[in-house]
Amino acid sequence: MSSHAIDPEKKVEPVKTGESMKTGESMKTDEAGKKMGMWLFLYTEIILFGGLFVLYAVYFSKYTQDFIEGGKELNRVFGVVNTVILLISSFAVAASITAVQKGQRKIALWAIGASLGCGTIFLVNKYFEWGHKIAIGIYPNSERLLDGPDGQNLFFGLYYVITGLHGLHIVIGMTFLAVAFGFVLAGKVTADRFAMLENAGLYWHLVDLIWIFVFPLFYLVI
Amino acid sequence: MEKNDHIFAYSTLFSVLVALLILTGITVGASFIDMGKFNVWVALGIASVKASLVLMIFMHLKFEGRALILSFLSTVFFLAIMISFTFWDIAFR
Repeated sequence: MSSHAIDPEKKVEPVKTGESMKTGESMKTDEAGKKMGMWLFLYTEIILFGGLFVLYAVYFSKYTQDFIEGGKELNRVFGVVNTVILLISSFAVAASITAVQKGQRKIALWAIGASLGCGTIFLVNKYFEWGHKIAIGIYPNSERLLDGPDGQNLFFGLYYVITGLHGLHIVIGMTFLAVAFGFVLAGKVTADRFAMLENAGLYWHLVDLIWIFVFPLFYLVI
Repeated sequence: MEKNDHIFAYSTLFSVLVALLILTGITVGASFIDMGKFNVWVALGIASVKASLVLMIFMHLKFEGRALILSFLSTVFFLAIMISFTFWDIAFR
């Protein structure tokens, strides 16, 4: 029994990070390290979408005319509106970080709320856009695509995969932002501890970044 | 790594948003002009400028330390290898 007793002389020292040793605050967390972790994850996301863009580029060079015809089927208005919405939401998230840094909690909450609203509008637009495509017989494995030219089948296949994966990222990003909203509300995100909000923001900007390339490639092909 | 204490002014962020919206307008406008093969390159060029703005300002990359900048650039470098080697293969088949 006594072999399991804890030696009272042996005290466990809290592990200090390099930063906390400098400032002497043992409770401080490694904000820079958290951000680095997020960026490492974002690199894998860049390569993931990069691979899909390579696929697009190869088939575009092979079936240029079919891709142009396919692009004409897409509604540019949806594309432009969704681009503007995502740009505004990215601005709102960036503004929320400035607000948190300045200690303006109310503005921060409004800004995160606005970006969540933008994300919702984006998804609603996507729902109507996809719904219309499916209604006119353009969906994976549809008769219209199977009987049509190969290039168009590939174009819409890539369209569904890339915008679908991007839409999934919108949902994840909104969840992440909603949690950040809760943290700001609860006072867990403050002017000297905001890595959680910053990381949610970084993820959201990446989603915007991908759309910046998706938009011209699918909606504006000539 | 040092802590990033830089704060962007609301006005800076807003002017970046305006620039991004203007560039979106330009890329839509350019798509109505038939420039043959150059259309794709113009669209990708404008998209890259927009992406740089988002990365530098919204994503704070402009004020990050060397570790983040270098690791980001290596990612772009590997992306470039992936794209160029694929086309190296496709072009000479």
